[in-house]
This record gives sequence, structure tokens and C-alpha cells, in this order.
Amino acid sequence: MRVRIDGVAVLAEPGRTVAGLLLAQGRNAWRTTREGGRPRGVFCGIGVCYDCLVVVNGVPDVRACQRLVCDGDDIRTQHGAELPS
Amino acid sequence: MSPAGAHPVVVVGGGPAGMAAARAAAAAGAAVLLVDSGAALGGQYHRQNSLHGGREFTLPAGVEHLAESQVWALEPVPGGHRLHIRTGPADSPERAGRTVDTAALVLATGAYDRALPFPGWDLPGVFTAGAAQALAKGQGVAVGERVVLAGTGPFLLPVAESLIAVGSRVAAILEAGDPVTGWLAAPGGVVAGRRRLAELARYTALLARRRIPYHHRSTVIETHGTGRVEAVTVARLDARWRVLPGSERRVAADAVCVGFGFTPQLELAVAARCALAGGFVAVDIAQATSVPGVYAAGELTGIGGAELAAAEGELAGAAAAARLLGARLPAPVRALRRVREGRRFAAALERAYPVRDGWRTWPRDDTVVCRCEEVTCGELRRAVAERDAVGVRSVKLVSRAGLGLCQGRVCGRAVAELAGLDDPGAAFARRPIAAPVRLGELAEAPPDEPAEPSPGPQQHPTRLEREQP
Repeated sequence: MRVRIDGVAVLAEPGRTVAGLLLAQGRNAWRTTREGGRPRGVFCGIGVCYDCLVVVNGVPDVRACQRLVCDGDDIRTQHGAELPS
Repeated sequence: MSPAGAHPVVVVGGGPAGMAAARAAAAAGAAVLLVDSGAALGGQYHRQNSLHGGREFTLPAGVEHLAESQVWALEPVPGGHRLHIRTGPADSPERAGRTVDTAALVLATGAYDRALPFPGWDLPGVFTAGAAQALAKGQGVAVGERVVLAGTGPFLLPVAESLIAVGSRVAAILEAGDPVTGWLAAPGGVVAGRRRLAELARYTALLARRRIPYHHRSTVIETHGTGRVEAVTVARLDARWRVLPGSERRVAADAVCVGFGFTPQLELAVAARCALAGGFVAVDIAQATSVPGVYAAGELTGIGGAELAAAEGELAGAAAAARLLGARLPAPVRALRRVREGRRFAAALERAYPVRDGWRTWPRDDTVVCRCEEVTCGELRRAVAERDAVGVRSVKLVSRAGLGLCQGRVCGRAVAELAGLDDPGAAFARRPIAAPVRLGELAEAPPDEPAEPSPGPQQHPTRLEREQP
């Protein structure tokens, strides 16, 4: 499968979660907080903490650890609170 | 899909307890619907590698498995409960909505790692032990190259094993407690848990072979790094877990995994108004909760591991089916015995690995406590002291702690303890919306229709589940 991460084309295997893909790319942060603009990535890894939020196909607030990658997904960093585009 | 007209036993959760409940209910002749948030069965314990397809577990015919499905609300209806479910890719606005009514509900929603706040625990590179485990086993990904494990309880050992399997170097395992003393005080628990000794021997051998240091009474009290973890401060603890001054030392690491026991996922049980005891769902010998028609199994009723969870699930599934079919079933003697022995081991585990209140001295004034709303420990303390907040609602409103997307799942217990609230284990468990849903999803929820799930063998001719467009 081919997906884009912050505009860069990346290959992904079926069964990859967005978090698994991003970590395998060597990234461990892909969101900034609303108040302090601080970087965040995976914390709980099982869908509980909502820290690993990412924008997928224009939809913000998607948990990267729970979302399985689909072919053609456009994945990008989430900056603070975002509205759907 | 269950047969038209049949009211299924509904099981929420696809881990060891939920799978066992579904199998037992199906074996007793009931139609079963198993709802699970995961794409593959197994839950957190039997985490399957999703790159390999996740087909290790199968359920018998008669069980409908609703995967990737989130129960976001539960409400009582005459004769039972109604579950509101969204099915589809996680957090996608395109998930399909469905409501299911049932007179026999088994809750097996499990637990997640308990984390304690300390300076720098919000820096990328700090994970829960469960996250490291899920990413290693489920995705074949290592959270770091050089990892420090810190917390309390035997779960740190299998996490170390999983990390090594995906190529991490485990720099140290730091056990905050003093488990040797704890186990010596509970010899009955050692006997009840004797089957785990082989597993323990395997971990001990692995630690020795890899020369991984394992320290008691120490933990990670701070992380350092710009934008990501580059080093941690490790310190020795006294019996109450206060830092021993002068014992601090810096250790290079690019990841820290923390786990101080587990927190049960209580919201659906609380929504069903099940009585709690000591922060867990209270159940009788058949796993029945205080609410007729609602059963609970697994970590929801106490932290005891997969074997106990499966035995409890078997009892719960059989009891739920018996209620639904109006039948008397033979007592599952073996499962009852396994539950009795498992509970003895679980009680010993709890005594051997308590969380001591000295952790409250770890966060500084500027340490984030609520990660979602970025509320610091100082802000929380000031809000409670200056604005006289008593009770969970006022603490939340004056400090904003626990009001974010995770709804206090991560910080709730710590906030409750720091704010001096009663029953800190359950203080934040009331969440009428059990999982975040998008406004558009809420807007398309159907108006409620009266439906009466019947607990007896006579079936209504109507379907009790509805699919929405």
C-alpha cells in the first residue's frame, strides 16, 4: 500500500496501524498540544489516552494506535485543536 | 447476525474473558453477539500481530463477532439494556451505527496500565508498559533502542521479553516495590500461583543471559531531552516510595515504559449501575453483578491475569445463557475451582505489589498531571485549596483535570488522590458517553424506540437490533 505522511510517499503493509507505521519511520511525536504546543506521540498504545492523535484524510482526532492504514491514506501531523477540512 | 427474533447474549470485549464467555454461552445454546473494539480477537493479553492477519482465535458457530466496534453508550430499557455501537475504522466519521438490546449482558472490558505522574512523563518517548507490549507484539515495532522499564508488578517482565524480541536493549527494570517481602507475607498466594513459577524462571534466565539489571525499590523520577527522551533520572525509594536523597543517577535511554498495575475499564458497568467494591465491579459466584441480567468477568472484577479472566468468562457466559434460555445448566465445576484458585493468587499479587502513597512527592508544581488538558500539579493543588473543591465534579470544573478527550482515564486516579477525593479508584469512572463520538455521529443516532428484551425462553417475534443507514 502507498500512503502519504506529511506529504511524503511511504510504503505500508496491510495490518499496519498508523502509530506502528510512524514509529517504524523513526518518529515518536506527531501532534502538538492545544495549550502549550508540546509534542506528543503514543502513550498508552491501546486506545485509552487519546494522546497519539493524527489527521487522516482531513479528519482530525484519529487515534494513530487504533487506526489501521488504508491504501492511499493521507496522514499528517495534528497541530493543537483542528477542524475537519 | 443473530437469528431473527432471538435475543442474543451480548458480550462486550474480545479478550480472554470475553472469548470464554462467548464460547460458554454458545455451548449452552444461546445466540451470542461479541462486540470488540479490536480488529482481531485476543484483547490486550493475546495481542496478535496484525501484520500476520490476526486469525489465531476462532469462535463457534452461533457467535457473531462484531470487530472494530465501540460501545459508546449503554442505557437501561425495560427488561434489559440497550447498547449503542459504532462499527468501522477507529474514529472515522463513516462508522456504521447500530443499537442492540439484550436481557443478558456480559461485560469483559478489561483494564489498562496505571501510570503515575512524574516530571517529564509527557515527553515523547515515555510509554506505558502496555503500549510497548502492544507495539512489539501487534506491530513488531520497538518503542526505543535503549529502554528503561519502571513500575510495579510482574507485568514488567513479559514486556521486557517482548522488547528484546523486537531488538530493543533493556537498560534496566526498576521495581518500585519490595515484592520478596510481599510474597513472603502471602505464602498461600505462592501456592495458588505455582503454575506461574515456570514462566518466572524463564524471565529470570532471560534477565541473567542478557545481563539486564533488575532493581527493587527504585524508579524513574524524571526524563530529560528536547522534544524526546534522551536520558532519565533513576532514584532509590524508601518503603513509602519517597525518593532517597542523594540516590539519583542519570541513565541514557531513548524510551521509558511505565506501569504501576492496572485500572479497570469501568464506564459501561457504571452506566449499567453495577455496584462497585474497592474500585472493581462486585460479582457473585456466577459472575452476576448487582444488576439483574448484567454479568462481569476478567480484570473488571479484579486484576488476576488471563487464566482467571477466562475462567470467570466461562462462568459469566454460562450464567448469561441460562438466564436467557430460562434453563438450569450443570455447575461448571472446573471453572469454579480455577476462579477460586485464581482469586487467591490475585489477592496475593495485590498484597505483594501495592502502590505506595509516596509517589505523590514525585510531581513538581510544574509537572503535568492531566495530559489532555495540560493541568499541572501546582494548578490542581491551588484549585483545590483556594476554591475549596470537594467532590469529583467540582475538582474537574475548577481545575479542568479529567475534562479532556480521555475523560480522566489516564489521570483520574492520580488526580483523585492528589485532591484527596473519596474512593479514588472509581471517582472518575462515571462517563455517560463511554467513548468519544463525533457530533455528526450523535446527530444521526435514531430516536429511541420501546423494546422489551425478555429474560425467558419465549421469544418476541420482533428484531431487537436495528441497523442504521
